[in-house]
Amino acid sequence: MADAIKTTALTKYYGKARGIIDLELKVTQGDFFGFIGPNGAGKSTTIRTLLGLLSPTGGRAEIFGKNILTHKEEILADTGYMPSEASFYRNRKVREIISLSASLRGTDRAQDCAAEAARLCERLELDTEKKICQLSLGNRKKVSVVCALQHKPRLCILDEPTSGLDPLMQREFFEILKERNREGATIFLSSHVLSEVQRHCRHAAVIREGRLLASDRIENLGYTGAKQVTVRGLAKPPLLKNIRDVKQNGDAMTFLYSGSPNALLETLAPLPLTDITIAEPDLEEIFLHYYTPQDSQKEDL
Amino acid sequence: MALLKHELRQGKIALFLWTGIVAFMLALCVLIYPEMKAQMSAISGMFSNMGGFSAAFGMDKLNFGEFMGFFGVECGNILGLGGGFFAALLGIQALAKEEKDGTAEFLLTHPIPRSRILLAKLGSVCLQLTAFTAIVTGVTLLSIAAIHEQPDPKTFALLFLAYFLLQLEIAAVCFGISAFIRNGGPAIGLGIAALFYFFNIIANLTKSARFLKYITPFGYTESADIIAKGSLDGPCLAVGMALGLFGIAAAFLQYQKKDIR
Repeated sequence: MADAIKTTALTKYYGKARGIIDLELKVTQGDFFGFIGPNGAGKSTTIRTLLGLLSPTGGRAEIFGKNILTHKEEILADTGYMPSEASFYRNRKVREIISLSASLRGTDRAQDCAAEAARLCERLELDTEKKICQLSLGNRKKVSVVCALQHKPRLCILDEPTSGLDPLMQREFFEILKERNREGATIFLSSHVLSEVQRHCRHAAVIREGRLLASDRIENLGYTGAKQVTVRGLAKPPLLKNIRDVKQNGDAMTFLYSGSPNALLETLAPLPLTDITIAEPDLEEIFLHYYTPQDSQKEDL
Repeated sequence: MALLKHELRQGKIALFLWTGIVAFMLALCVLIYPEMKAQMSAISGMFSNMGGFSAAFGMDKLNFGEFMGFFGVECGNILGLGGGFFAALLGIQALAKEEKDGTAEFLLTHPIPRSRILLAKLGSVCLQLTAFTAIVTGVTLLSIAAIHEQPDPKTFALLFLAYFLLQLEIAAVCFGISAFIRNGGPAIGLGIAALFYFFNIIANLTKSARFLKYITPFGYTESADIIAKGSLDGPCLAVGMALGLFGIAAAFLQYQKKDIR
């Protein structure tokens, strides 16, 4: 069975500016795949190249075994795409945009789409009688979700899909994606929210400055489960295993911790702390890790 | 077909506005003719003897005392500029607007070849210009009937045909440019239409700039020449249509491989 997505040395330059360089990405069919990277890393360039919006400068890419350059329309017929910025024709109603999207996929599929679109609109609580110009970013995102999923595509490509959606809608959105995934669809989503990818994806790839740094199962990727801990009131780091990158800034001390939460709390409890914050580590920390050869992922886990 | 319908719906308001305004101004121009007719015979000589100014607008060759002479200059300018600007906006916004508004990403990720998108957009531009010309012609004919004038049907048809072809040419040239740009469409489109208009004025003013008549579509819409010859200027028209086809070909070649960022 062909991979859902396979790129070989895929490269894209905008003139002299770097887009992506020698990208080797493989997403198997039926996977729930996260594509992580900071802004400007090349996530959107990769997606846009896969969808034929950009012409690659070099390398090749296949979706379901079909070359993206020679089988573009066939690939797009099997794909649902949700762009990071949901822009539609401002003076049209939501239902008109959804119906336009369905009809652009051919009259055969338009009727099937209508029933599925109605179900999705209900689940996402989307008012289809409103005009696009009256919608918030979150609601425009919902329109984007419906347009991307109403034809039940085999591959869903979602570029930063949750930005603008409130937490309840994010939950419903991922529910829908999981259902589609269970039905056999491949989900490929880009994000810079690490926790989102950790929670929902089985595999992930990390991209930075246009190059793929790692691609593996979520649990195999370094720093999974690591927390960024900031404490105040300590003069020296607590005696804990699995801590790294200790930084002192005034009376605030920050370190990355990837051990058991109980061990952390037990160690910190007797100490004279004045404040404590436990948060997801910055993606920057994760990416820096991939840039430092001596920081092996296994050491940190 | 879905895309063509969509394009026509998108352009509906602009079409109504431009058609309404140009048709209203043409009708107004025709309806004031009887009042001006009496004074026209007196001032006709003056209009045709203002040297370069008369030549620039073709007034040296037309008799203002006759309806077609008056219509050719006054209404010709309204239809030429109004239709030209409308055509330029239609053409220049056809492709560039999708990128400027961020809707290109939505449109181009559906399973439709870009060539079909271009055809639908081009078809929509042509249909809108046809509707514009049909309505404006109808309103003008009604206005002429209201003042009981009877212009020569052939000359009248040739004038409107020339302006329709002018609109198609300007739209096609702008359509070609539209494939290359992302922003600034309206300004570029209106600029091109205005430039073509001034090329014709300059070509009328001086013999050394006569060649400009072949570049601008206003060269073959010159009312004085159409009324005098009873036909359109073949070489000017041929160059104009070639320029329009070049614009369309450029759009197809460029847009098929254009990066949508």
